[in-house]
Amino acid sequence: MLTHLHSKRKLQLGIGLATGILFGFLLQKGGVTSYDVILGQLLLKDFTVLKVMLTAVLVGSVGVHFLVSRGMANLHPKTGSGGQTVIGGLIFGVGFATLGYCPGTLAGAIGQGSLDALFAGMTGILIGAWFFALCYPTVRDKVYPMGSFGNVTFPELLKQDRWKVLAFLAMAIVLVLFAIELAGF
Amino acid sequence: MAFLFEARWSPYLVGVGIGVLCWLTFLLSDKPLGCSAAFARTSGMLESFVRGKKAMERPYFKEFFPVVDWEWMLVLGIVIGAFLSSTMSGVFSPSLVPSLWVSTFGPMAFPRLVVAFNGGILMGFGARWAGGCTSGHGISGTLQLAVSGWIAVACFFVSGVITAFFIY
Repeated sequence: MLTHLHSKRKLQLGIGLATGILFGFLLQKGGVTSYDVILGQLLLKDFTVLKVMLTAVLVGSVGVHFLVSRGMANLHPKTGSGGQTVIGGLIFGVGFATLGYCPGTLAGAIGQGSLDALFAGMTGILIGAWFFALCYPTVRDKVYPMGSFGNVTFPELLKQDRWKVLAFLAMAIVLVLFAIELAGF
Repeated sequence: MAFLFEARWSPYLVGVGIGVLCWLTFLLSDKPLGCSAAFARTSGMLESFVRGKKAMERPYFKEFFPVVDWEWMLVLGIVIGAFLSSTMSGVFSPSLVPSLWVSTFGPMAFPRLVVAFNGGILMGFGARWAGGCTSGHGISGTLQLAVSGWIAVACFFVSGVITAFFIY
């Protein structure tokens, strides 16, 4: 584990910036910083978003779990619950389709000149995030405890070796991508 | 290096690139890719700008301290990266209304801005409620095989698809 590198705060800010530049470059090249492509996905006409995400998950999962098994990285699975993940996720989806960008692709859209993302989208997200900060104590105490499942991962939940789960996931992703291509999308 | 100047790459190539980028963030920074917390931190910075230290008393900003952190720099980097990519391929162009929107609702900017603004509020609110967005849950959570990530991304797309069909 590169703990020495992880603790260098200023250097990490630089690494974050460099990572973001590469991420933004890739997102723009993939076309997913565009409203038309994102709405095309949600209208089930253009499967670019799904292709990018599933390939990233396929490649990312194998490499990250390899690093973890070699003791070179730690997992950081988020905690969740029905009240948090499902309700929050459903609200997010409505906003996702209405705005036509997600927080990361919004930043990319700003970079490629989409002024609706800059003026309306960014202002909206900042207000929405701030409004959540106002509601947080109530939501945390009253809603988050509903249907809590903690920060469990599928290998832990199913009591299976992580490589078995990864092999199953990889097959499933490849099958879905083949099906998308065969269907002509 | 001509490929750097092309307007679009295969989504599979882009996906591989993002996957490899995820290896690097875990290795070099001990962090998964994620974007929405940076917006919450920024909103806290803006509030403390207006209200001073009282803003910091909110429990949320004690967990998500309003500072420029790794993820904040990441989001800034995305703007720069997309600017570089679109400029190099010549597709950078300031536009107010996306073409799909124009084809259904016309070229007027005001309706699009109002809808985008409201969509942004819902998305910022929902992302922080769920504890992540399409990158934090949808890519980083799922690749870690986190149950929360898979449930979140399913909810994002189910409600996103329903809403999109309602709009168009």
